[in-house]
Formats: sequence, structure tokens, C-alpha cells
Amino acid sequence: MTADVPGMSEGAKVSPFRDPKVRALFFQILVIVTFLAFVYYIADNTITNLEKRGIASGFDFLSQNSGFDIGIVLFVDYNAQTSTHGDVLLIGIINTLAVSLSGIVLATIIGFVFGVLRLSNNWLVNKIASVYIEVVRNIPLLVQLLFWYLAVLLELPNVRESAKIGESIALNNRGLYFPSIVPEAGFWLIPVAFAVGIIATIFVSRWAHKRQDETGQPFPVISTGFGLILGLPIVAALVMGLPFGFEYPAMGRFNISGGWVVKPEFMALFLGLSIYTGGFIAEIVRSGINAVSHGQTEAANSLGIKPNITMRLIIIPQALRVIIPPLTSQYLNLTKNSSLATAIGYSEIVAIFAGTSLNQTGQAIEIIALTMLFYLTISLIISVFMNWYNSRIALVER
Amino acid sequence: MSEAAKHMNDEVAIQINGMHKWYGEFHVLRDINLSVHRGEKIVVCGPSGSGKSTMIRCINRLEEHQQGQIIVDGIELTNDVKKVDEIRREVGMVFQHFNLFPHLTVLENCTLAPIWVRKTPKEEAEATAMKFLERVKIPEQALKYPGQLSGGQQQRVAIARSLCMNPRIMLFDEPTSALDPEMISEVLDTMISLAEEGMTMVCVTHEMGFAKTVADRVIFMDQGEIIEEAPPEEFFDNPQSERTKLFLSQILHNG
Repeated sequence: MTADVPGMSEGAKVSPFRDPKVRALFFQILVIVTFLAFVYYIADNTITNLEKRGIASGFDFLSQNSGFDIGIVLFVDYNAQTSTHGDVLLIGIINTLAVSLSGIVLATIIGFVFGVLRLSNNWLVNKIASVYIEVVRNIPLLVQLLFWYLAVLLELPNVRESAKIGESIALNNRGLYFPSIVPEAGFWLIPVAFAVGIIATIFVSRWAHKRQDETGQPFPVISTGFGLILGLPIVAALVMGLPFGFEYPAMGRFNISGGWVVKPEFMALFLGLSIYTGGFIAEIVRSGINAVSHGQTEAANSLGIKPNITMRLIIIPQALRVIIPPLTSQYLNLTKNSSLATAIGYSEIVAIFAGTSLNQTGQAIEIIALTMLFYLTISLIISVFMNWYNSRIALVER
Repeated sequence: MSEAAKHMNDEVAIQINGMHKWYGEFHVLRDINLSVHRGEKIVVCGPSGSGKSTMIRCINRLEEHQQGQIIVDGIELTNDVKKVDEIRREVGMVFQHFNLFPHLTVLENCTLAPIWVRKTPKEEAEATAMKFLERVKIPEQALKYPGQLSGGQQQRVAIARSLCMNPRIMLFDEPTSALDPEMISEVLDTMISLAEEGMTMVCVTHEMGFAKTVADRVIFMDQGEIIEEAPPEEFFDNPQSERTKLFLSQILHNG
């Protein structure tokens, strides 16, 4: 077509300066060259400076002794005298993951509950949800963390005046103390029963599906499963004659020893992150449910489908399509925001590794690079998982 | 009563007595009185905003009425949720915008309500669904998703979905208004064949050809009131009120 237009024939000579393809190529080459030159300059500069100051680069410091104590250590043995900066990194990673994962779970629960409440027709419920959402979304997270840590948890009574439930559970400004379970002979049956409960629930759910397909009768899978998973371990415990003892936290004059404890630093970060992110998730859930056209509810109503089934089989599956992508960014935000713990002394990766270890070794580049690499890896894993889930529930269009 | 009623009998399917409805201050429906006999086909027409959709949506309580009485299949519509569910099970509805469930296949759209409301075994529900999909002439689309179908096909699936509940009454809320012209006839054909089988039908529609061939009575509404109610021949050839005449001249002129 264009070839017929006078002066626009394909063979017409175009000056390379006016050809968009040539221009595009030229600018891309320019950008790449500039970028590489910049990287070279920075790297060269850094190496020269490090050499001048006599700082050794490399990752040897990871096997050096760390020599400092860490407030919260989970799952691994740590000792300031013998452990290394590599151990510090490991503990930082574990602590970050612990607070992020538990925070993601709680934030999701809070978010879904308040998102649904925000849609309620009940005036009071609706307003309570609105106030919560507006308050937490409009106060900086760091302020909220300081609030939970300094204004709430550290203001709890001291050890001697602990708030107690019975003699065994105590809450004070050192944390929440409760008895630990000490297994005795025959304890093995309880986790076995728990596992059996889970497996049985899977089978019950399959059987219930099949029965509904064949006879049309639905079966209360959720309550049955709940009963199996909780009930079987209880039965097992009774059969074996309660094969465990409790180690009660011993209330000293100034301290408590024994038992299990949740430290205020963890509590503050866990609550602060979950409550803050929960507010954002609530808005995401609300907009997701609102995005499902009212016609869907009407169609379900006109077929006589009950509201709870409409919600479960029609509204939620469609709302999830809208909810998942922004929910993913909230999960990423929560994980990355856990680095603010450095302000309240929770021993996560930024506080102990990019903080104390860096100060002691001076290996800023290596330590910051490792820290960034860690966050990048976690974030990409979350993203990949959520994208996979999102594509699984995506709508089929033509 | 109309002499054109071939399938009608004396049993009353829908009885509306002195029904009023308000949206806040706005009086949408004023003193609606209507009785529909078993097997009767009613076409409701009128200018937009006349309350015709609202009226039929009151029949399965997608909208609540504030005054008067609606009795469907001998059950009075009240706030009693159980009664409402009972009525909704017996009354099928087809919407202007189809309202198919986009995340479920055509077959799943049709079996969802039988399985969860009527507690029908899956195999039986699927067999019934296929039977009705064949009736609306799209059994080959059963495993596709609504988004993959044309508008006319989607509306026929919506009709099949309602029929799977074996309703005794079918409500149609402007079923062809959202369709491209060439797809209107495939939906109307389905509705005509349904009418021939003796289904009780209340249709809000502007398809006057459909009204002439199928309706036992045509109802004209304006500003929330029933203005005129007559068999189609009488309604089109000899309308009584000025408003009906004006409406007919506009709609027939365009059609």
C-alpha cells in the first residue's frame, strides 16, 4: 500500500539520522557503554581505596569468631566465644524468616477478616473496621513498631509483678512465659497420631467429594478434619497415660528461668508488622470482593444458592484474581520491612549481620551484598510462588 | 381471560396484590396488581426507568417490596429466608448481562445449583445439564468457559443453567438487550420453544415480534405503574392510553 504513495516507496533513501530504527540502536549502544563505564569506574575506585586502607576483601571473615551475644537465637547453638560471623548470618536469616513468615500468616488472617468486615452492612462493625484500617495505614511503620515495643510491651509489669494465668503462664516486660513440654516415654505416639489425623482428613475429604458426586449429600469435612487432627493426639495422650511433663517457668526475684518464652522484641515486631500490613491487605481484599460484579451474587441468589456457598464457590475464587498480585507486594513489603527491627533490637539479619558484624569486621561491601542477595532471593521466591498461584486461578478467556 | 391461552389453566402461578416499592424517597412501583396463571406467557414492556425490571426482580426477591403482597406458587414472599429460598428454587431467572460464572465451565455453571441446592449426584446433574445444553443447541461447548463463547451462546447457556433447576416459572429480564442483532434470534428461538412446551414465563423485552408470537398478555408500564394490560392483538392494534400509543409509535418506528 505505502509503496503506491508517491515519495513513500520502500526503496526511497532515508537519511540514517532520521531512521527510527537506527536512532533506537544508537541510543541503546550509548546507554550500554555509559553504564559499563560507570560500573568500571566504581569497581576500580573501590578496589583502589580498599587497597590503600589495607582492608582485605573476600569472604574469609565469615569463619572468624564473632565475639558478641545475640538476643534471640532459634534452632541453632550460638556462643559468643566459639561461633563465627557465618553463624551470625545464619541466625539473622532464621530470625528474619521466622518473623516474616509468622507475620505473613497473621497479616493475611487480619486482612481477610477486616476486609470482609469493612463490607458489612452492620454500621458499627463497618466503622470499627474502617477506623482500624485508616489508623494503621496512616501512621509510619517505624512509629508503630516503637509504639508496640516501648509503649506497650516494655510498659508491662516487671518480673515480680507479672500478670499471671495460674502459676504457669506469665506476662511481663521480659516477655510472655509459658511452660515447656518435656516428653516422657511413649510421647512418640502423640505426633504420630497428629500425622495420622492429617492423613485421615485428606482421605475423608476425598471420600466426601466422591460421596457428594455419587449421592449429592455434602459432608462436613472441615469440622470432621478439625476433630481428627486435634482429637487423635488427645486420645493418643490419654491412651499412653499423659506421657509428658511440664517444665514450669521458675519465677525468681528478678528473672524467670525455664519454660518457653516469647521475647518482647519478637512480639513487638510480629504484632507491628502484622497489624500494619493487615490494614493494607484488608483494603486489597475489600477491593477484590467489590470487583466481582453484583450480577454474580444475583445469579447465585436466583438459583437459590445459599450465601455461604455463593461466597466460597463464586465470589472468593473470582476476587482472588484481583487480590493476589497486590497481596504479593504486601508480602514482599512485610518481609523487607522486618529490617526495621533494627530499631527495637530484634536480632534479624540487618540488626546483627549488617549491623554488629559489619561494625566489627568492616567488610561493608561483602556484608551488604550478602544481605541484599538474601532479600532478593526471598522476594523472588515469594514472587515466583504467588505468580504460579495466580496463573493457576487465572480466568480462561478466548 | 385471554382466549389465546393454549397451555393455561386456572391455577395461579404468580399473584401480585397492591404492591408498592420505594428506593429511599423515590416511589419506583405504584400499586402493582397482576396475576399470572400456570402456563401463561406475559411480556412486560415500557420505556426505560418505568420499573418493569424492578417488578420482575421483586418476584424472586432480588428486590424487596415494601407494601402489598406477592404470592408465588402459593408461597407468600416475606422476610422469611426459608420461604425466599423455596421460591428461588422454583423460579428461574435470565439476566440482561447473562451473569454466567466466568471461572466455571459451561457444564459447571449448569451443575453448580443442582449439586449444592438440590443435592443431586454429580453424574445425574451432568446428564441433566447436557440434556438442556442440547436443547439450547450448544452441547459441544460444555467444557469451554463463558469467556470463550459469543453473547448469544452465553445467553443460551444462562437459560440452560436456569432450566437445570427444573423451575416452574421463568423470568426474563431483557434477555436480548445486550446482544448483537444477529444473535437475538437464536436466543428468541430458544425462548419460543420453551414457551411452546408450556413454561410459565414473564419476559421484560422490547422484542415486539416475540410479544406478538408468544405472549398471552402484554403489559405496558410507565413511571412505576401498569398502564395497560391486553392480549397482543388488542395491545398492538388498538392501544387504549396515549402513553402506550406514544411508546408503540417510537418503538415500532425504530424497529
